[in-house]
Amino acid sequence: MGKVILEVNELTTKYITRFNEDVYAVDHVSLKVEEGKSLGIAGESGCGKSTLALSLMGYYFAPLHYTSGEIIIDGQNITGMHPDTVRKSILGNEIAYIPQAAMNALNPTQKIINFIEDVVQAHDPKVSKKEIYELARERFEVLGLPKEVLQRYPVELSGGMKQRTVIATSVILEPKILIADEPSSALDVTSQKMVIKMLRYMMEKGYVKAMIFITHELPLLYNVTDDIMVMYAGQIVEKGASKQTVFDPIHPYAKGLMGSIIVPESGLKDTKLTAIPGTPPNLKNPPEGCRFAERCKYVQPECKRFPVDMKYVEGDRSYRCIFTEEYLRKAYQND
Amino acid sequence: MTEKKSCLKGVGLTKVFGLGRNKNMAVDHVDFDFAEGEIVSIVGESGSGKTTLAKMLLGLINTTEGDIYFQGKKRDIRSHKAKKEYWTNIQAIFQDPFSSYNIFNKIDTLFLDCINMRGGKKLPYEKKVEMMTEACSFVNLKFAELTNKYPFELSGGQMQRLMIARIFLLQPKILLADEPTSMIDACSRATILDMLMKLRNDTGMTIIFITHDIGLAYFVSDKVFIMERGKFVESGTADEVILRPKEAYTKRLLNDVPKIHEEWDLSTVDIKVN
Repeated sequence: MGKVILEVNELTTKYITRFNEDVYAVDHVSLKVEEGKSLGIAGESGCGKSTLALSLMGYYFAPLHYTSGEIIIDGQNITGMHPDTVRKSILGNEIAYIPQAAMNALNPTQKIINFIEDVVQAHDPKVSKKEIYELARERFEVLGLPKEVLQRYPVELSGGMKQRTVIATSVILEPKILIADEPSSALDVTSQKMVIKMLRYMMEKGYVKAMIFITHELPLLYNVTDDIMVMYAGQIVEKGASKQTVFDPIHPYAKGLMGSIIVPESGLKDTKLTAIPGTPPNLKNPPEGCRFAERCKYVQPECKRFPVDMKYVEGDRSYRCIFTEEYLRKAYQND
Repeated sequence: MTEKKSCLKGVGLTKVFGLGRNKNMAVDHVDFDFAEGEIVSIVGESGSGKTTLAKMLLGLINTTEGDIYFQGKKRDIRSHKAKKEYWTNIQAIFQDPFSSYNIFNKIDTLFLDCINMRGGKKLPYEKKVEMMTEACSFVNLKFAELTNKYPFELSGGQMQRLMIARIFLLQPKILLADEPTSMIDACSRATILDMLMKLRNDTGMTIIFITHDIGLAYFVSDKVFIMERGKFVESGTADEVILRPKEAYTKRLLNDVPKIHEEWDLSTVDIKVN
């Protein structure tokens, strides 16, 4: 077992709406990422994937608020820290984040090199411009970006190039963990592949020690990550190795999610796409019992009574359902 | 198999942007023949001319060269009246549901416009409500919950479903779906596709999918056309094109899509760019 880079215990964060209502978008989430591993987070829109990514950085701004739980990066607990300290010494240094449309992060009136100077000097004002240029040039060369990119303006680059530039910049301070929130969903398939290859290469080179990858594209997630975590309505409903979670899901929601995979392979036409009926619950007043009960095919009256805990099964897997693994498997077979 | 009637046919369709040295053949002498009740997909990367072709089919931009035949007759939409007439037969769903609606109109107005367009202007109001309720239930929405709402109060998936409800009311002969699922997540995608396929089975309309997602194209369509730089490089039934591709371009596209039962070969792309 490798060194644990990121450990999150029972993290809960909430949004406070302008009507002073609490919306718990991340609800008692625990996870662990080891050195050299990548964790994937899957789920529908609005299930809390991106909020989890923001919460993991330990830097909160309204309307997102911290409630309870702890985040430990490489042995250092960051939850009690002052927001300014977190911003100065944790963000970028220890933990880096790539948002969905990362290319929009670039300032259109600045050259790429100026952008990188800003990033580096925000953390250490003493570094000279020459040193930064050398560092950026070397890093870009390793990641397959020509050094001429540094002297260009963002408008001169293609979408895929911009995305890769931002990714390369985000790891310039060698953070321990990289959170990539849908880094390739705005790109076409070829650029997507390049981005993925680059992320993998960064892991190999040791620029980042671990990675969290968020997307709703399951085939992509399966190919990129070691472990997959499925989220539903702010909670984790299933966690396990990629292969097991994709081919052999236990939780009914995960099962439904895997039924919506579309890949251009023979045999696809014979499989029936299973769309999950209904919509996720409103998190302002989540249901008392299982949150998926309203949409679940196998729902029983006792599902709705009490909150459901995670159940652990062999091989580091866990799921959140009141039924046993055998019962669910039998139910899937009868369909 | 009996020969199906041709619904939309294009002969030597071309669109050129720019002049002289800046000449850009966005669509380059494209021929096709879509039969009635068929689902066809036009697949290509960004910038291959898919959307330009779609706009020509819709009559939103003029063709530089070539003719379009609608139900065997040459299309003539030079007059405004003829264009309106043509648009009762061809309708579209676009990529971005958020910008597809008139933000000042309530959903009722949107539906009533559709009914009026189909010539139901003189129907009693109760009958119209009945039609609207039917359309909403077709897409698993409840009309009672939607009355007096504005489109922006709905989620992206709901908006896209509303768009399909609109098509259901209008009952055009051809539906052009330009990347209908690229803005919504994988779970809602299955619902939208199911509805479009049901719509085809119920009403027998021709659906033209424009997409860059080759997996989706394979799943829904009877015929697939692969487009590269304004030309159709490969066409045929979905099985032929996707499972036994002949052209290098199709093979590359297929190779770049992440798969789950086969190995995803990352070595085909090089991160070094010069």
